[in-house]
Order: sequence, then C-alpha cells, then structure tokens
Amino acid sequence: MQTKKEKDDIILSEALNKKYEYGFTTDIEQETLPPGLDENVIKTISNKKDEPEWLLDWRLKAYKRWKKMKTPNWAELSIPEIDYNSISYFSAPKKREYKSLDEVDPELLRTYEKLGIPIHEQKMLAGVAVDAVFDSVSIATTFKEDLEKAGVIFCPFSEAVKTYPDLVRKYLGSVVPIADNYFAALNSAVFSDGSFVYIPKGVTCPMELSTYFRINALNTGQFERTLIVADDNSYVSYLEGCTAPMRDENQLHAAVVELVALEEAEIKYSTVQNWYPGDENGKGGIYNFVTKRGNCLGKKSKISWTQIETGSAITWKYPSCILKGDDSKGEFYSVAVTTNKQQADTGTKMIHLGNNTKSTIISKGISAGDSCQSYRGEVKIGKKADNSQNYSQCDSILIGQNCSAHTFPYIDVQNQTAKMEHEATTSNISEDQLFYCNSRGISTEAAISLIVNGFCKEVFKKLPMEFAMEAQKLMELTLEDSVG
Amino acid sequence: MFKIKNLHVSIDNKKILKDFNINIKPGELHVIMGPNGSGKSTLTNTIAGKENYEVTTGDIIYNNKSLLPLNPEERVGEGVFVSFQYPTSLPGVNNVYFLKEAVNSIRKYNGQDEISSVEFMKKIKSKISDVDFNESFINRPVNDGFSGGEKKRNEILQLLMMEPNVAILDETDSGLDIDALKTVAQGINSYRNSKRSIILITHYQRILDYLDPDKIHILIDGTIVKQGGLELVDTLEEKGYKWIQKEKA
Repeated sequence: MQTKKEKDDIILSEALNKKYEYGFTTDIEQETLPPGLDENVIKTISNKKDEPEWLLDWRLKAYKRWKKMKTPNWAELSIPEIDYNSISYFSAPKKREYKSLDEVDPELLRTYEKLGIPIHEQKMLAGVAVDAVFDSVSIATTFKEDLEKAGVIFCPFSEAVKTYPDLVRKYLGSVVPIADNYFAALNSAVFSDGSFVYIPKGVTCPMELSTYFRINALNTGQFERTLIVADDNSYVSYLEGCTAPMRDENQLHAAVVELVALEEAEIKYSTVQNWYPGDENGKGGIYNFVTKRGNCLGKKSKISWTQIETGSAITWKYPSCILKGDDSKGEFYSVAVTTNKQQADTGTKMIHLGNNTKSTIISKGISAGDSCQSYRGEVKIGKKADNSQNYSQCDSILIGQNCSAHTFPYIDVQNQTAKMEHEATTSNISEDQLFYCNSRGISTEAAISLIVNGFCKEVFKKLPMEFAMEAQKLMELTLEDSVG
Repeated sequence: MFKIKNLHVSIDNKKILKDFNINIKPGELHVIMGPNGSGKSTLTNTIAGKENYEVTTGDIIYNNKSLLPLNPEERVGEGVFVSFQYPTSLPGVNNVYFLKEAVNSIRKYNGQDEISSVEFMKKIKSKISDVDFNESFINRPVNDGFSGGEKKRNEILQLLMMEPNVAILDETDSGLDIDALKTVAQGINSYRNSKRSIILITHYQRILDYLDPDKIHILIDGTIVKQGGLELVDTLEEKGYKWIQKEKA
C-alpha cells in the first residue's frame, strides 16, 4: 500500500508536471534561411529587412566581436554545446504587409486563439494593445491609433528603424553594448525583430503595452530586440508574455531588452515566461539566454522589473538596472519555478552610480523535481554614489528531495555612506503543513497551491492585474479571489 | 453516533493506545483527562488520519461507517473535525482564503455548491466576534506569528466556520489566560447543539467551569481507566492521577 507521503509526492509531481498546454505548431508557409551563420547571412537578413547601411555595419561589428567570445561558464548551469551553424537565423511567414486582420492567415489567428489572445477580442479588451510577434516578423499591431493620439510610438523594431532612425540609432546598444556578453553580441548580429517604444515628454502611456512572443518554426533561433525609451516625466507599463510549441529539439532564445528612463520617467516591465521547458526527462525545451537591462539615466527616474519565470529548459537571465541619475530607483521582483530537469540561473544587477539611489530586490524561487535553481545578484555601489540604499530579499522553497536551490549574492560597496540590507531564507513545504491543510479538508494539491501562492504573493502584487491572473493560472494555483 | 472501539495504536511499533473505547451521542460533550504521555495527542492524530499512526486493531466509527479507510480530507468532509494542540503555521497564506478553501472543500465533498464570497464574508464576520477577534486578524497568515492564545482561538474559529458534527478538541485550553479561556469556552458553547458531539481533551478542570460536560474519562497509559461525572474532576484535582493508578493497582 502507498504511504501518505508517497501519495502526496505523486499528487505533487502530477500538479507540477501538468503537460505543457501550449505545445502545438502552426502550419503556415514560412520563408526560412538555410541553417548557418556567416557574414553573408547577416547581410541577407539586413537586406531582407531593407535596413540602412549603419545598421548593417553595426550588426557586422557585433558579429566580429561575437566570433572572438566564448559562452559564459560561470553560471550554475550545465549547458550542452550549441552548434550555431545548425540554426536558421531568419524565418518569416511568406505573405506580409497586412492591411487588416482579414488578410492574416486564419491558421495564424487560430494559433493566437489557442494561446488565449484572440486579437479580435483583444481590441475590445480594456486598455491592452498587443504587438504580436510571430517568429521573426511582427504581424499585427492593434490600438496603434489610440497610442498615436497620445504621441506614443509602439511598433515593430524593423519599422522603427525606418520611421524613427534617429531615435533608434541614438539608443540602440546604449544600455547593452554590442559586445556586452556572448548572447547579447549574437543577438546584435542577427536580431530579427522585436518592439520599439517611445513615450514622449510628460506623457503617461494610456494603456498597458503588451507583446506576446512565440517561437514557431522548427530550429529557428529567436533573437528579439526590444528598446523602450521613456522621455522626461513619462510613464509606461510594458507586458511581455511568451509561449513556445513543444519540440524535441532544443531551441535557442537570445533576446536583448534595453530600457532608457530619462528625468523623472518611470518604466515598469513585466514578464511571464513559460517557454516550453522540455519533457519530464529533460528532452527538448527552450534555452532562454536573455540580456535585459535598464538605464535610469535621468534624475528621479525609476525602472521596475517583474518576472514570473516558469518555463524554459535552461534560463540564464539577469534583468538589471544602472542607477545613473541622482535619486533614481531600481526594482527587481522575481518568481522562478523549476520542475523536472529544468535549470535556472537568474537574478539581477543593481549598479548604483548616482547619489541617493535606491534599489529593491525581491526574489522567490520554487524548486521541485530534479531541478536546479540559483539566484545570482550583484549590488554595486560606486565611489560617487553617496547615500545609496539597497534592500535584497531572496527566499527559496524546496519541494521534494532531489532539487536544489543556491543563492549567490555579490556585494561591492565603494562608498561608505551606503546602506545595505540582505535577507535570505530557504524552506521546505513540510509534511506537517500539508497534513494540517488536509485535516481542514484541503487536498494536498490545493494546499501546495495555497502555500506557494502565499510565498509568491509579494511579487504577484507587483504584476498588472491581467498578468497576475495569468501567472497564477500558470502556476496551477487557485486564485485568491476578491474576498476581503 | 461517534464510536471508538477497542482501538490499539502504535507509532514505530511502540504501542501507545491500548483497547481505547468511547461512545458519544449527538449533543453530548465528553471530556478526556490524563497525565502527560497517556496517549491523548496520539488519539487526536489517529482520528485525524495522520501518517505513521498505525491502527493495529479496533475501529473508529462515525454514522455506522469506519473512518479508517478514509484520508484526512475525507474524514473532515464526513463531519469529523480535530483541533490541534499545536496548530501548524502557514506563512504567507491568508487566513480568510484558507478558511474559504476549507469550507468549500467540505461543501464540495458533500456535493454542495461553493459558498459565495458575500455569504462567506457575512458568516465570518458574525463568527469572529464569538472568538473575540477583530477583522484585521482574519487577513493575517494562518497561525504565523500568532500567540498561543490566538492559535487556539483560531482553531475555534475554524470549528465555527466548518460546522462539523463531531469535534475533537485537543488541549484547546492549554496556555490560555483567564480571558482567553472564557473566550474559547464561549466559542465551544456557541458551537454546541443537540446534533453535535464534542470530545474535549484537557489537563485542567478550569475550562469545565464554563462548559457543561456529560461525561469524564480518565486516560492513563493508553487506556481509559475511569469514567464518571463532574465529581470525578474534583477528586482528581484533590488527589491527582496517582490516586487512580493506586486504586487500579
């Protein structure tokens, strides 16, 4: 007979191993470059996108730097060798230039519906504009007119290159330089498309901006590039959600996100990442090697990262803030869940350069199955950053006996006026807690949801409402509804 | 309606309860008293269905149905509730959500619809005053950072919200000051009616001043050695458990 504990473990693993719901592929004619990477491939990409000379030069410069670089090996990850010549660097549905949704392949629209983002309904949804990126070329942008009225620019990156070349040229690579790291250099060389956002002076963006990324083509690396510039006294909240179909092969996702906040501007960037994590034996899944960084360039500016990371086979991701402007603020709120054979090495960097700068780091890690998870964070207080403050809190919950959680906080303080606080906890969901819930009629599965949900509440609270719900659904949690 | 027959329980092959018997009718309140280590908490955990409490012989029967094959969720779903001496804390889990989940789980088990949020809030507001809590209390994390007395009162709040037919209350009066003791007793009395049965496990006679028990059982070394009315408690207060042990010998 099974013991109670064995039964609990089974329920637990079933709850956590829910089959990936978004694992379908879309049968659309695609135009795909043959696998391989050299200067000609980069020229072809640039040419297909009809890019200006300066951008091609920029790409080629990045490519040359990348060729001399090596895959970073300092993370608590075991990354299988990646053959960069087996990847196709460009893939786009053949037909483009849609004037209305009617022209869009119905198959593609069905894909969106399966993803839970019916574009038709999205239009009616209160205040969410969606710039849907399907593989490499942006297909549909809604709510564009409303945004235009406010003076907000929200468009596919490739369009911005043509329409707003000065803005793009001024800020592209200003936060994440081309040779910042191996994956950022690769992205700079071959990036396909992405989003560009500009909020003019004094403007509060009238709606949450939302982009759904999705990797569709087999063996197509996804190299998104996102650039958000918030001019003086402006505000924008940006949501990024990801899903990827189920594939046996591993797919590479190496995105770069750059944020620039000018004087008294605020950027809130939220991510729900549920790329395909691979199966229970660790076969397949996305390699998510992403560089995200924001520069609080102006005085009293603020950048806030919130991330819910549940997917990907391997995650290597450190959304960071450079606090350059005096009195600027950086925030990082993170929930990372790993199960089965998933690996995640994630955290943040807070680089304090200006006076009176403040940063807050709240990281919640949940490890289950055979997964391995690390929080890696650096807080640096520069020599000239008087009266800077950081508060860091890193909590981990372990579920089961075979997973691991690590915390690597790096602290570098060069100014004596700094105030630093760091708290860290690691705990288990105990048998006693589960039994207590059981004795109140609550099943083990629901009990885990309650406890995990409670553990993550602080971070969920930071998400915009519709995202918070998606995040909780994602984690198989029964939502704490509107009581109280 | 609630009956424990010839119950033998071992933990790690160590015999704790030996031939334990009790039979309680609707509306009755029975009290089990006994010295430390007599098996009181083992009894509670066994009724609740905790892992590793091995029933070697005997049965626990409610409404002519054995509880032994049922898991803890099902037992409370059937209407048998246990309040613990040391309730576990659940950091981060909001007390209201926890209670609502508990109430709905039981309704679901019995094929009833979920309680509406409005109805639930109405109910909880009327019950918290019975245990002398204010509204801010119910939004705190379950038992996390609660004082001993708050934990006990919270158990009684769960009892009042979940409305079981049988309640086993394990040392619900331990560690309470006189005001909290009165509050807990008041909670128990407001739960009590002619259809419900209560087994109260306690060390002390003082809570019995506020309740009206029907029967007192003395548990020593895993067996009930003496039964009687309230007069038994007085003798016990005067002479201690040794008196019974001697008498038995």
